[in-house]
Amino acid sequence: MMVMSFDEMLPLIFIGLMGVSLLVYVVSDGYDLGVGMLMHRATPEERDTMVASIGPFWDANETWLVLGVGLLLVAFPKAHGLVLSELYLPSALMLVGLILRGAAFDFRVKAKAARKAMWDRMFIAGSMLASICQGWMLGRYISGFGEGWNYPIFAGAIAVALPMAYALLGATWLVMKTQGELQEKAIEWSKIAWAPMVLGLILISMATPWISETVRVRWFTLPAIIAVAAIPITSGVALLAVRLLLGTPAVRGALCWLPFVLLVLVFFLSFLGLSYSIYPFVVIDRLTVWQAASSPESLKVILIGVCVTLPVIIAYTGFSYRVFRGKAIELDYA
Amino acid sequence: MLMDAVFLARIQFAANITFHILFPSISIALSWVLLFFRLKHLRATDPQQKVDWLRAYRLWTKVFALTFALGVVSGVTMSFQFGTNWPGYMERVGNIAGPLLGYEVLTAFFLEAGFLGVMLFGHRRVGEMVHLGATFLVALGTLMSAFWILALNSWMHTPAGYEIVDGQFHAKDWLEIVFNPSFPYRFVHMVLASSLTCAFLLIGISAWQLLKGVAMTSASRVLRAGLVFAALTAPAQMVAGDFHGLNTLKHQPQKIAAVEGIWETARGAPLLLFAIPNDATRSNRFELPVPKLASLILRHDPEGELKGLNEFPSAHPPVLPLFWSFRIMVGTGILMLLVSWVGLWRHWRDGWDFSRMPRPLLTLFAGMTFAGWVATIAGWYVTEIGRQPFIVSGLIRTSEVASRVPSASIALTLAIYVTLYVGLLAAYVGVLKYMAEKPDKSTASVMSEEFAEDPHRYQGRGEFA
Repeated sequence: MMVMSFDEMLPLIFIGLMGVSLLVYVVSDGYDLGVGMLMHRATPEERDTMVASIGPFWDANETWLVLGVGLLLVAFPKAHGLVLSELYLPSALMLVGLILRGAAFDFRVKAKAARKAMWDRMFIAGSMLASICQGWMLGRYISGFGEGWNYPIFAGAIAVALPMAYALLGATWLVMKTQGELQEKAIEWSKIAWAPMVLGLILISMATPWISETVRVRWFTLPAIIAVAAIPITSGVALLAVRLLLGTPAVRGALCWLPFVLLVLVFFLSFLGLSYSIYPFVVIDRLTVWQAASSPESLKVILIGVCVTLPVIIAYTGFSYRVFRGKAIELDYA
Repeated sequence: MLMDAVFLARIQFAANITFHILFPSISIALSWVLLFFRLKHLRATDPQQKVDWLRAYRLWTKVFALTFALGVVSGVTMSFQFGTNWPGYMERVGNIAGPLLGYEVLTAFFLEAGFLGVMLFGHRRVGEMVHLGATFLVALGTLMSAFWILALNSWMHTPAGYEIVDGQFHAKDWLEIVFNPSFPYRFVHMVLASSLTCAFLLIGISAWQLLKGVAMTSASRVLRAGLVFAALTAPAQMVAGDFHGLNTLKHQPQKIAAVEGIWETARGAPLLLFAIPNDATRSNRFELPVPKLASLILRHDPEGELKGLNEFPSAHPPVLPLFWSFRIMVGTGILMLLVSWVGLWRHWRDGWDFSRMPRPLLTLFAGMTFAGWVATIAGWYVTEIGRQPFIVSGLIRTSEVASRVPSASIALTLAIYVTLYVGLLAAYVGVLKYMAEKPDKSTASVMSEEFAEDPHRYQGRGEFA
């Protein structure tokens, strides 16, 4: 096997860091975007509890997006220019959605009571807009920004599937964080969102190799297919387990956390599969990590910062989740 | 149509940073003020005082939460716009700008966001010391964020510690890059600007509460604290601003020449109180000069020489916006100094009793709630427009690095952003007014009933310990 120098490995380390940041973003903001989208099915009182369940976290969740995009910008400036020029409009619309929901989140309880319903609508609309745009962007990105009749359909399908995945994630988050009537509703919502999400995942897994030659070769040749088959198989088992759990009484009690955790596992495996498809490209078939990377000196400077701060960030994020563990209760500034 | 895209990209970026800076300019200082309120509450022995500081803390925590959220969402937008609006910038100076931005995210954003939840909502779940610690870390995070972003911004004005290889910038000395020649001045100037902005927000909203007769005892304490805060920081800001100006004269003389409206190099240059500079004729109309004062201020010598814009052909900023932004900034600054000192003096004459303070003075306080915003934005326009036509002073022109996105897309998103920003700003101001008038309206997402009825009876852990 070829031995890489440390300088050659740096871009790989950074693509890994960027990928992990975006994965953490998708999972963590995914559940709070999902909760936001589900709010249109809830009563005003339930909405308060739903917001309370994500209140202490959403801010930090969005920071992972800043880190992910920041790392793309900092470590792969050429890819950043290419990707964000291609995705200019959807990314701008996503930002509009994120701004709307972030602002509405804080305004809804501080403005006049009569305005609360309006801010709730903004919160729901912003969450949907951001999720749909992210789905579209993911679809365009996976297909390497290809041109042709099939590409927009592919991106459009993911623009529907990803919000469904977020909704399922959000619903299982609520199963974990709430009780009583709202928890019952959350279980129902999870069941509704389950099928479209699974369908979307299957669609992506089938369409990606169809759209990209590179991906096809990588997955469907021996012996690779045997080794990597573990990814879809485990995902399938986890998704089935989620569906089965939702039908059992245990999900209302001791195992309320399990569907959410299993879904996080599915997201992680999908991420692994996607990484395997794309490696070593930043933009599939167009730009490899080495072509796109910044100078090694700068990457080293950032890497030192990452090594020092990331464990601390993980520690205090864990601390925050521990402080707000258990069922969501009233949330007020005390 | 490249110029159009550059122009639109600049307007869009300017709109976004103008909207964004409004919120950090409050939250940088307000986070420390909250820590102060909390400590006052904990250390007060008199029960009325204890309740007053607690109410002040509650109200201003709500203000902080709202301000912080708007800062975050507009900041996320900025992290995208660096790349979408100025792709060439990162490709050229990414090796220097990248690590600075990276460190801001890693050391500041996560710290703020990570502890914000505990600070805002965690009081009944953690001990008093842990909560104070979380508040302190959020405050520290906001300050660190200012540190990194101003290090990068200052480097763009006074680049240092770099070398250029094949058109790409490479870092040579990180200490020189971070502590570049204008950084200490700009950092101090910005932190003081935030302090003044926050102080006048405290003054304005508390005065409004006194005028409306709500939360009188609590508002009085906050108003007094705000007046003292403003009276101390306003003169400090004048001194810091003067040093910053001298530093700019040394490194960016073309910016000073534009600020002072000096077209030709002159000895004993006058200070123009009023003028309408004209870039086309390269002269001023309707000048109202004070002889030799500009030389005296900038050279500390009435006959000192000041370089004119003629020394920087095709490389100096537009004069009119700089000239007027600077005068608006200084004018607002002087007004803030006078109002805080007169207010404090009058308050002392009244025996520290706000019920004896004339209503017109309270109305003036309320009218100046957002005076800090005016001065801060005007100041940022001076410094940022003053760097034009360069994005990195003297080295890279803004037009070289601009977006390749079609101008129609930029125009469309610009229209959406501006509509959104105007709407949110109106909502922000409206909600501040509403919260000031109804400070005890609980923001509990799920309200416990006895708390809604009587905030005084509510005892969280450690509240009255």
